[in-house]
Amino acid sequence: MDFSIFLQQLVNGASLGSMYALIAIGYTMVYGVLRLINFAHGDFMMVGAFLTLFGYSAGIPFELSVLLAIVGSAFIGVMTDKIAYKPLRDAPKISLLITAIGISFFLENLFIVLFGATPKAFNAPEYLTKVFHVGEIYLPISVIIIPIVTVLILTFILYILYKTKYGMAIRALAFDIPTVKLMGVDADRIIMIVFIIGSSLAAIGGIFYAVSYPSIDPLMGIIVGLKAFAAAVLGGIGSVTGAVLGGFILGFTEIFVVAMFPELGGYKDAFAFFFLILVLLFRPTGIMGEDLERSRF
Amino acid sequence: MGSLVRNSIFIAVAVAFIYFAGDVFGSYKMFLINTIGIYAILALSYNLINGVTGQFSLEPNGFVAIGAYFTAILLLSTESKIDMYALVDPSPIVLSMHTGSLAIALLVGGVAATIIALLLSLPVFRVRGDYLAIVTLGFGFIIRIFAINNPEFTNGAMGLNDISSSINFYWVGGILLITFIVMLNIIYSKYGRAMKSVRDDEDAATAMGINTFKIKTLAFMTSAFFEGIGGGLLAVLITTITPDQFSFLLTFQLLIIVVLGGLGSMSGTLIATILVMVGMEALRFLDEPNILGLGNEAHPGLRMVIFSVILIVVMLFARRGLLGDRELLDFFKKSKK
Repeated sequence: MDFSIFLQQLVNGASLGSMYALIAIGYTMVYGVLRLINFAHGDFMMVGAFLTLFGYSAGIPFELSVLLAIVGSAFIGVMTDKIAYKPLRDAPKISLLITAIGISFFLENLFIVLFGATPKAFNAPEYLTKVFHVGEIYLPISVIIIPIVTVLILTFILYILYKTKYGMAIRALAFDIPTVKLMGVDADRIIMIVFIIGSSLAAIGGIFYAVSYPSIDPLMGIIVGLKAFAAAVLGGIGSVTGAVLGGFILGFTEIFVVAMFPELGGYKDAFAFFFLILVLLFRPTGIMGEDLERSRF
Repeated sequence: MGSLVRNSIFIAVAVAFIYFAGDVFGSYKMFLINTIGIYAILALSYNLINGVTGQFSLEPNGFVAIGAYFTAILLLSTESKIDMYALVDPSPIVLSMHTGSLAIALLVGGVAATIIALLLSLPVFRVRGDYLAIVTLGFGFIIRIFAINNPEFTNGAMGLNDISSSINFYWVGGILLITFIVMLNIIYSKYGRAMKSVRDDEDAATAMGINTFKIKTLAFMTSAFFEGIGGGLLAVLITTITPDQFSFLLTFQLLIIVVLGGLGSMSGTLIATILVMVGMEALRFLDEPNILGLGNEAHPGLRMVIFSVILIVVMLFARRGLLGDRELLDFFKKSKK
């Protein structure tokens, strides 16, 4: 492989990996606190992209619609928890999982009803889609912005988790909910914060996705969500840094395998699952994780 | 009333219904009844792994697709395959596979799904709970991706059509009856009790000397066998199959049926299949254009919005479904005591 092509793929991989990482953080945080694979998480990403498109095409400036979409997704995430997950905190895990699948399907079909099932063009403002040529490398500006923003967000999340009172409460909840409640922490409020963080990050991931692949449809969250989940497991579920690491590994693998073996292009959506199965077979705790049943941040 | 008499009466009534249904109902209603029958076969076998054995998995669309494709390829004649495969020429294996017999075609579909289930169980049953759900969900996706990317076997995204065979309710009803009886017999057998013990407490079951991996694999393979056959019937009934028919939507519908009927209850699943399928049909008008003033575009999602709300509401307020994990007859037995 030519060096410039290699660099090009490296940049693309970093950008794709950032999106997976952003979405994987939400999976891993919700799993850490509730021990629930939030099936609807991939759809929060779709909601983010669609709300941005909706605001933008309604004449609201792009930056403001992004902000509104993030707030909207966070709101939907919190409502999902309040309506569908909170009443089932003491129920068997399976019930919670089925409800999560129900929510996921509800969101997908609601957006099909509202916006139609056909893919919509997502025309981001020009300053995001402008393309630079550095030597032979082709660089849309978004490809540079996305990894930088992701690193900033990750730093912020780690700051919240390890340097603030709320972060301490989140980490404590991951150990043991009843005890934390006895210590006087409002567990439901902390869980709400986890959902706010998770779904806003998913929305940001979704907006990045829409900017890079400028076509969105209500079912886009399924496959990306599953890949991000695979990334979270790869990195070690429950670990935020692990989720980011898993996201980048998956992003690079996907880009490089397709670049080196173009005939495998049709299977790129299947890589994540092969990864997932391999990880679960040989190192179920992932790269950073400890025990699956008792994973920590 | 002795159980022999009771069972004979049940079977006689079922056989009579299967025999006379074609004369009583019109062709539209027969299509619906056939569809309900096939979904009942799928849901009953899905309930064996999900409800009875308690291994929450999301793979039926994969097994149904395997059964459907095998049956379809076996039933299509060599000439029609050569005509139909537009992207690439069909592989010699596909061309050499042909049988005129629906029974053999269905059986091969079922056996193929069973073999895949055996291979799949080796990795997937090393994990439990939500991990199992997501790995099996991935399997369903991979089957679909495989079908799209291997046009020499499956004709890619265009799928197969004109799968003609003289399907009638004798086939669907007969296989449904067999499935139902087999499932009930499994539940009340030693294996069925082992499956329930795995569901209720896997560690305790292991401690009692039950090989939980073997029991799960058995349930998984049985379930896959009937799902494969059901998939074959589905292919023959609607005569056209494409990879997109076997998306997660199919699994989701089965999940609603199984949860509504009660995880672990076979008779509950039968009742729920009829309720859900008739409900789907009755709510079809919701997907027409111009409902709720949402514009002229047809919105195929509104029915599924309603069904996902139903699923959530059932989980929130009536987690045990219609019959819980009991059979219809258990309710009569209780009152005798």
